[in-house]
Amino acid sequence: MSATAEVIPHTVEPHPVTGVYNGKFGMWLFLASEIMLFGALFSSYVLLRVGSAEWPHGYSVLNVPLATVNTMVLITSSVTVVMAWYCLQLNDFGKARLYLLATIGLALVFMVIKYIEYSSKFEHHHYPRTNLFYGLYFTLTGLHGLHVLGGILVFLYFVGPGAGMWKTDPHRYTNRVECAGLYWHFVDLVWIFLFPSIYLL
Amino acid sequence: MSAATHGSHAGHDHGAAHGHDLPFWRKYVFSVDHKVIGVQYTITALVFLLFGFSLMMIMRYQLAYPGRPLPIVGSWLGPGLVNADRSLSPDGYNVFGAMHGTIMVFLAVVPLVVGGFGNYVVPLQIGAPDMAFPRLNAASYWSYLSGGLVMFASFFMKGGAAQSGWTSYAPLAVISPGQTVWLLGMVLLITSSLLGSVNFIVTIVQLRAPGLSFFRLPFFVWAQFVTAFLLLLAFPPLEAAAILQLMDRIAGTSFFMPTGLVVSGQILPTEALPHTGGGSPLLWQHLFWFLAHPEVYVLILPAMGIVAEVVANNTRKPLWGYRSMVYAIIFLGFMSFIVWAHHMFMTGMGTKLSLFFATTTMIISIPSVVVLTALILSLWGAAMRFNSQFLFALAFLPMFAIGGLTGLPLGLPASDIHLHDTYYVIGHFHYVVAPGTIFAIFAGVYHWYPKVTGRKMSELLGRVHFWPSLICMNVIFLPMLFQGLQGLSRRTYDPLVYDAGQAVQGWHFVSSWGAWILAIAQIPFIINFFWSAVAGKKVSDNPWDATTLEWAAPSPPPHGNFLKSVSVYRDPYVYSPPGRPSDFWPQNQPPED
Amino acid sequence: MMAGGYSLWLPVDVSKHGFEIDRLIYALHILMAVLFVGWGIVFAYCLVRFRQRPGHRADAVVIKAKASKYAEIGVAVFEAVLLLAFAVPVLARVKNQFPSEAESEVVRVVAEQFAWNGHYAGADGVFGRTDPKFIAPDNLIGLDPNDPHGTDDIITVNELHVPVNKPVIVRLSSKDVIHSFAVPALRVKQDVIPGMTIPIWFEAARLGEFDIQCAQLCGNNHFKMRGRIHIDTDAAFAEWKKSKAPGEAPKVSEEDFQL
Repeated sequence: MSATAEVIPHTVEPHPVTGVYNGKFGMWLFLASEIMLFGALFSSYVLLRVGSAEWPHGYSVLNVPLATVNTMVLITSSVTVVMAWYCLQLNDFGKARLYLLATIGLALVFMVIKYIEYSSKFEHHHYPRTNLFYGLYFTLTGLHGLHVLGGILVFLYFVGPGAGMWKTDPHRYTNRVECAGLYWHFVDLVWIFLFPSIYLL
Repeated sequence: MSAATHGSHAGHDHGAAHGHDLPFWRKYVFSVDHKVIGVQYTITALVFLLFGFSLMMIMRYQLAYPGRPLPIVGSWLGPGLVNADRSLSPDGYNVFGAMHGTIMVFLAVVPLVVGGFGNYVVPLQIGAPDMAFPRLNAASYWSYLSGGLVMFASFFMKGGAAQSGWTSYAPLAVISPGQTVWLLGMVLLITSSLLGSVNFIVTIVQLRAPGLSFFRLPFFVWAQFVTAFLLLLAFPPLEAAAILQLMDRIAGTSFFMPTGLVVSGQILPTEALPHTGGGSPLLWQHLFWFLAHPEVYVLILPAMGIVAEVVANNTRKPLWGYRSMVYAIIFLGFMSFIVWAHHMFMTGMGTKLSLFFATTTMIISIPSVVVLTALILSLWGAAMRFNSQFLFALAFLPMFAIGGLTGLPLGLPASDIHLHDTYYVIGHFHYVVAPGTIFAIFAGVYHWYPKVTGRKMSELLGRVHFWPSLICMNVIFLPMLFQGLQGLSRRTYDPLVYDAGQAVQGWHFVSSWGAWILAIAQIPFIINFFWSAVAGKKVSDNPWDATTLEWAAPSPPPHGNFLKSVSVYRDPYVYSPPGRPSDFWPQNQPPED
Repeated sequence: MMAGGYSLWLPVDVSKHGFEIDRLIYALHILMAVLFVGWGIVFAYCLVRFRQRPGHRADAVVIKAKASKYAEIGVAVFEAVLLLAFAVPVLARVKNQFPSEAESEVVRVVAEQFAWNGHYAGADGVFGRTDPKFIAPDNLIGLDPNDPHGTDDIITVNELHVPVNKPVIVRLSSKDVIHSFAVPALRVKQDVIPGMTIPIWFEAARLGEFDIQCAQLCGNNHFKMRGRIHIDTDAAFAEWKKSKAPGEAPKVSEEDFQL
């Protein structure tokens, strides 16, 4: 790691007053901004829906069983990422890596299911431009999908080129996985809001 | 964090030594040092400031002499921007207007006060070796630069740069050329801001030197702290809005497009504009102003911070009412999230809603009055040292006062009926930002220049810069208030079309000449800025006899900032303490001295 | 040098409600002047009195400035009074308390890039139905040709006529983007938002001919979106209406609409 990182206080050790290390604090702040981002999009959704004369029920046009499977997949992946962090704390890198790989695998399953869902919409000539409902459906789930994709890249880094840090600075590596886990829970949480509001209502 | 097997690593290789080992491009180009990044931000943003100003100088020619061919620059501009006779075209006017606003707000002023001054000064003032996340900091700069280059490149692309105003109101923005690139540029700039704001908050909370409690923070750090929260929480809704508008433009959705639009005689959807309708143009305005009102405070709070530093230092006395100023800006920060719709009084919202937003707007004026009053009362009993930075900081006070006061008639929906979207609005917010924030920026440059370079800027050139700038700023913006009272609409390419425009055309002439002379008045500054870096008078580490921590570091500070660790023993502005011979008592000086 | 005026204050006001807005603007500028001069005196005094000079040391002891607290409370009270006693009643009257349609002249204004289309109900007093799908070069606002109420309607471009001393209700709508209907002489301004119909009202007190401005950027020829509003006597207004052949498309020059 670069030398600069090491002279900066609380990169690894928690701050005595706030009780967190820098990375975790930064992640919470980032998630606060993400809440504002998705909050604004959800508000837009509510405003547009309330202002519309007619609005299809999600369950009548979208594939609820597939989305339910996806919800389960994502929740499971949230569990596996916590397990990865737990194993790192127990100093068991091998197991942790398996759990990280499982997380990546589940995230990929989520994306594949998303792909199947999107393709069937396109086959039926349902595009974002079709109406406001589809516009919001594609925009919100698409943006969420981008977040999933980002998570996959981060986890790939942890099991791939970033894994070396376990040898040089295991504490910091563990912290990184914890932060990525926080992000991953947030992505999960967004889906848990998206699923009922778009698919079920 | 229980992996107790490996302890944390001590900082064995000290940063100061480490900095010398790096090759040039790592040290000065792709650096992660907050000071280098701060300087990069400052210089890039100053270039954009000049560029945004140049656009306006061209527009001012059209306003002073409507329809007359542009001298010199007329032959440089592309065919879309000028008419056949080389006069500025209406398209060119709208492009320059939209880009002037965008560049000044997002590429010049905010990056200067936050990216530049914030980055350079905050870690030093809190006694930290760097920002909490140095590489994130670098990423923030490069994302900003990319966003800036995208905006700049849009001038040369097919369709040109955006032309729907910096506010980009839908549906116009959805159907106008150039907007897609603008939105992509904005996404990069928003990303940059988010990375920066996370970094600032973590740095200020986690990296303060021992003894530096929150109420011992310099006011500048407080201003940056509140600003960072505004950026963190207000920008994402704009990002959401940008994503939705981008979808409207490239995927043909209708989030901001109502049903039954008829553009160029054709009812939508058409092949070119596949919007099926059902959306709401007002949704864009709500999302936009939810950001853009806090953004106004992002423009002004760090400026107040700079002015407070310079005032305390050069009056040689503590700030009057430091705590009430801190409480005022925290309150200001909160309130700025619930005043946004005062930009929308004329959209036909109900009286009750108007009343709500008018009330919050009147309430938010109080903390601004508190800060301004505190700064003016800080002058009482002083022993003022009139150097260049103090002149600019002093000029900030009445200029900001005019800017703030002229906000009142706009904040009341009844008087706003006449003044909304007129030149009065332009005069109002330019008084806040131009002779307000930009003067504060100049004050900051003169004040911290010795810290960055180890040399002072020339006082003589500073004065030659100051007086014409102060006069010209007023010559430019005071007439706009008169034009607005007459009812002249803003963004009017040819003001002579309207009766109101003819009644105040003389003022356009005055404003324009003011702007061009202002440009000439910046030449001494530019010379001073570069010449002093090599030939300025060499000074000590603390040439202004200041108290805050940045002056405890060498000038320029090495990588890692401080030669030995610093601790803080007292409030930030202990100037002229009774019973001590020296008229300043640095924060880091142990009391035994 | 260009010929041009150097007006310093408000334009002529020909409306019945305008004086209230003007009065508020006056009051606000007096408040602003008082505050600015107050600050300015303290400021100027300090600049002269508290310069650095040999033997003078800054007085670090915090002064008790009750004056500032009073000033701040004073500002707050003054703002509250302006808001509640002036701004709110004016706003309520101008934006909410509409006169009855029976006693008023009702006009529709349909904005587009870059013109103001006026629509009068004609002799039968009933507006013809409109729909965007009927919009054509000879049917600028999309009057439904099958609706009998529409046959006597009067359509104008960039020209409105209204009677003096009678409430006028203007129903604003837009075909394309956001415009803003601004008549400085009548102290009237309202954004015109596509997808919505927004009514405003005013009563003119004096005869004359004044500008309609577009106050919201609406495209490259935004600056050319100038209409004229004629305030006529009752008789002249009736005469003008009669002179307009019902259902006839207004004469439009290319200039009015060029994109």
